[in-house]
Amino acid sequence: MKWEVVIGLETHAQLSTVSKIFSGAATAFGAAPNTQACGVDIALPGVLPVLNTGAVERAIRFGLAVGAKINSPSIFARKNYFYPDLPKGYQISQYERPIVEGGTITMQVGDTEKTVRLTRAHLEEDAGKSLHEDFQGRTGIDLNRAGTPLLEIVSEPDMRSAEEAVAYAKMLHTLVRWIDVCDGNMQEGSFRCDANVSVRPAGSTPLGTRREIKNLNSFRFLQQAIEYEVRWQINELEDGRAIQQATVLFNPDTGETRLMRTKEDAHDYRYFPDPDLLPLEVTAERLEAVRAAMPELPQAMRTRFVQEYRLAEYDALLLTASKETATFFEETTRVTVAASKVALAMDGQEPVESGVAKLVANWINGDIASRLNAEAIELRNIPITPGQLAKMLSRILDQKINNKQAKVVLEAMWSGEHDGDADKIIAALGLEQISDSGEIEKIVDQVLAANAQQVADFRAGKEKAFNSLVGQVMKASRGKANPQQVNDILRRKLAP
Amino acid sequence: MPQADTPAMSNATLKELSAQLAAKACSSVELAQDFINKINILNKDLGCYVTVDAARTLAQAQAADARRAAGNAGTLTGVPLAHKDIFCAKGWLTTCGSKMLANFVAPYDAHVVERCDAAGMVTLGKTNMDEFAMGSSNETSFFGAVRNPWNRERVPGGSSGGSAAAVAARLAPAATGTDTGGSIRQPAALTGICGLKPTYGLVSRYGMIAFASSLDQAGPMARTAEDLGLLLNVMAGHDARDSTSLERLAEDYNRDLAKPLKGLRVGLPKEFFAAGLSADVQKAIEAAIAEYKKLGATVVDISLPNMGLSVAVYYVLAPAEASSNLSRFDGVRYGHRAAEYTDLLDMYKRSRGEGFGAEVKRRILIGTYVLSHGYYDAYYIRAQKLRRLIAQDFVDAFRHCDVIMGPTSPTTAFKIGEKSSDPVQMYLSDIYTIAVNLAGLPGISIPCGFDGDGLPVGLQIIGNYFDEARMLNVAHQYQLATDWHQRAPAVSQG
Repeated sequence: MKWEVVIGLETHAQLSTVSKIFSGAATAFGAAPNTQACGVDIALPGVLPVLNTGAVERAIRFGLAVGAKINSPSIFARKNYFYPDLPKGYQISQYERPIVEGGTITMQVGDTEKTVRLTRAHLEEDAGKSLHEDFQGRTGIDLNRAGTPLLEIVSEPDMRSAEEAVAYAKMLHTLVRWIDVCDGNMQEGSFRCDANVSVRPAGSTPLGTRREIKNLNSFRFLQQAIEYEVRWQINELEDGRAIQQATVLFNPDTGETRLMRTKEDAHDYRYFPDPDLLPLEVTAERLEAVRAAMPELPQAMRTRFVQEYRLAEYDALLLTASKETATFFEETTRVTVAASKVALAMDGQEPVESGVAKLVANWINGDIASRLNAEAIELRNIPITPGQLAKMLSRILDQKINNKQAKVVLEAMWSGEHDGDADKIIAALGLEQISDSGEIEKIVDQVLAANAQQVADFRAGKEKAFNSLVGQVMKASRGKANPQQVNDILRRKLAP
Repeated sequence: MPQADTPAMSNATLKELSAQLAAKACSSVELAQDFINKINILNKDLGCYVTVDAARTLAQAQAADARRAAGNAGTLTGVPLAHKDIFCAKGWLTTCGSKMLANFVAPYDAHVVERCDAAGMVTLGKTNMDEFAMGSSNETSFFGAVRNPWNRERVPGGSSGGSAAAVAARLAPAATGTDTGGSIRQPAALTGICGLKPTYGLVSRYGMIAFASSLDQAGPMARTAEDLGLLLNVMAGHDARDSTSLERLAEDYNRDLAKPLKGLRVGLPKEFFAAGLSADVQKAIEAAIAEYKKLGATVVDISLPNMGLSVAVYYVLAPAEASSNLSRFDGVRYGHRAAEYTDLLDMYKRSRGEGFGAEVKRRILIGTYVLSHGYYDAYYIRAQKLRRLIAQDFVDAFRHCDVIMGPTSPTTAFKIGEKSSDPVQMYLSDIYTIAVNLAGLPGISIPCGFDGDGLPVGLQIIGNYFDEARMLNVAHQYQLATDWHQRAPAVSQG
């Protein structure tokens, strides 16, 4: 039988506020246990929650970014259960009326564009951490994380493969960082997903019974966990066993999912509106203020890049993968254009910016991307500035260096040599391209004289011999000769 | 010059003490010491206080005297008071009447305590109360029942029974209390003192251990309406740490005390005078109404048609909120933890099983039940709808009257043990007070007579939202014309 996979994701994005959602304690990661937990966070008798308006603003920003409805009022509710790292015995969340309702996320999956509908996004507080290691036979409690603001983003079951789920999660990850609501640090748990997975016979409408994979904190784990879970569910069904609704955990070491609890032992959370917090009103003025401060979103920027810089769709897509990349691209382009305006104005073929932009895009999506990838660092940690890169690219544009030399310059800039100044590096390494035709002719003459056999071969019709001669000239110039000029001069000299 | 240890001093009102301190007729230390001495003699028998700390009290009194010497004294600087043990007070045991918190020393001050301290008031101690404020007789306290100063076999009411008895027995000139379903007004009535439950949101709940958050409200307990106003002036005010605290300009709640009552429209809800009301109480209330007529008031018959539902509604909503509010008492971070347990669940069960008393457990069970899947709509949601109807009844009533009057409690103080085995009878003790909490309105109880057994009767005055100043005016004018509020139980004059 052919099976269809159905996936919905619940994503917890930690909001990037300085203080907690209901208290003034700091949210910074990595402090000594229980040093960032005030009376509210440890739930002393008599303390009360006060809503952090920064968290609300971030939720609104997210809602606007995904085209959702911002509910006013939205209601905070208590989710009641006992656990040592949940100090109040309830988590303050939103239940019946979340602040964000609806919206969509559109992303690229392979060559096609896919849109996933969002159910909702609501504000809630994180719990603390139970530390089972380090305390023989006992459990340590660290409440630093208790009360950290979270936005739980719930999708509709619109994804049909692990690839789609990962693409959705990546797009969401890009977006929350783009609009500055979440730092997206997955190692620190700032962005983590639960995946609801079910399968059904292809072509059938009712959903299969789902199992929820909890707490996936990397895209790789998300992919592996879903793939495993799908195989497992199909096997079960094909062996004639029904799927039980359940919550499972993914073990990255074995690559398998493991049962945590079934629906039968599911909690009754006894949700009810939190009487300590008033219904959250979002006025039209507040909404407009947030809207006015919204940055240009990736989708819009991509379209603009294609129109304004005449970039290929694919290049524009890569450049808008993160706000840092897009900013780096635009800044580099701006500086390079300013530096090369005169030289390029003579070209007259394409608008000045577009020519430069294509060059910048090629370098960022090419050499720089592979370099970042190889070193496993993010663009925000790149050791060169847009200004430095622009200077190097200007030298290409004014033909001081060729592409091959530029790679050497980039290498040196990357290691911080000569303050990353392209001109100083070119001078120090003697890389400046030879574009003096007299000088090139001299070298060509020497090479032709020393390679009579290949000259003869070429004249006898062996085109291959020409390439060999070009190579000899480049070698003799130690790579500095302008390749185009070498070509032209050789052709001329070898002409019958 | 009067001596600090004369009976006159402990009989004095806040206003009188304020004047005497200002006139240097006594020092704050002398005054505090006088009360401490009296507490040492009487408290063992009456059980009003669960914690006294003479060193702490006297240190505060000394600071108050120094402040006065420096010329910075306010109206109530150096005047002592008692705090209900529901308010966190830094460095003080704060037990909430429970074994669960029998060892809990608060690391911070409640807003109310902070305000009283800032005014220079001197804390005499923490008063006994029904466990987590759940009770109408003060019998559910882990620290034992409080005796009514008018009759030691009787309850003082609850849950602010310790505060009420302390003020009645002259072991404090005033005290703080909290009122979720009548817990200030009912004990005030049963002990012959005055108590005011303000409009919900007027006094910050920060640092007040939560019972039912949407109903809980702190207020003053004292012997005169004027004193209630003085203390409310200190207690009330916006606090950003409580999201339900209202942002309002500061006001002097005693500003209208002298206004004559001519033309005052007093609403009498027929539901307040129906079956269940004791004849003696009814007689005293009717006499009080007659007095008001003499003072120029007119009487309007009104109806609060949904009031009969208020006890039922309350015993869905209050336990629902309580079941969640009390979840933090799990033995993990503070408070009682069982000595022996096998695993986490066992630790929870034993710690909570040992730490909470029967009434608290009953309400946690009720609250958990009404919030459970499948029952939530039938109980919690329906109760919320009825709550709005009950509040609407008052809105309609206040179109025809300025204040509403009736009994605070259907009976006078009942015997210790008389209702403790019958929770429903106990719950009905708050039948006239609960609707006021559900509506979020202010209510006062003032003494208005005695029953055949010499037990005090309380008159309840319910005002419209934020009408505290008018209510105090109405109460004060009555107290100018009568002397019920000046009667003292014999034990207090020993």
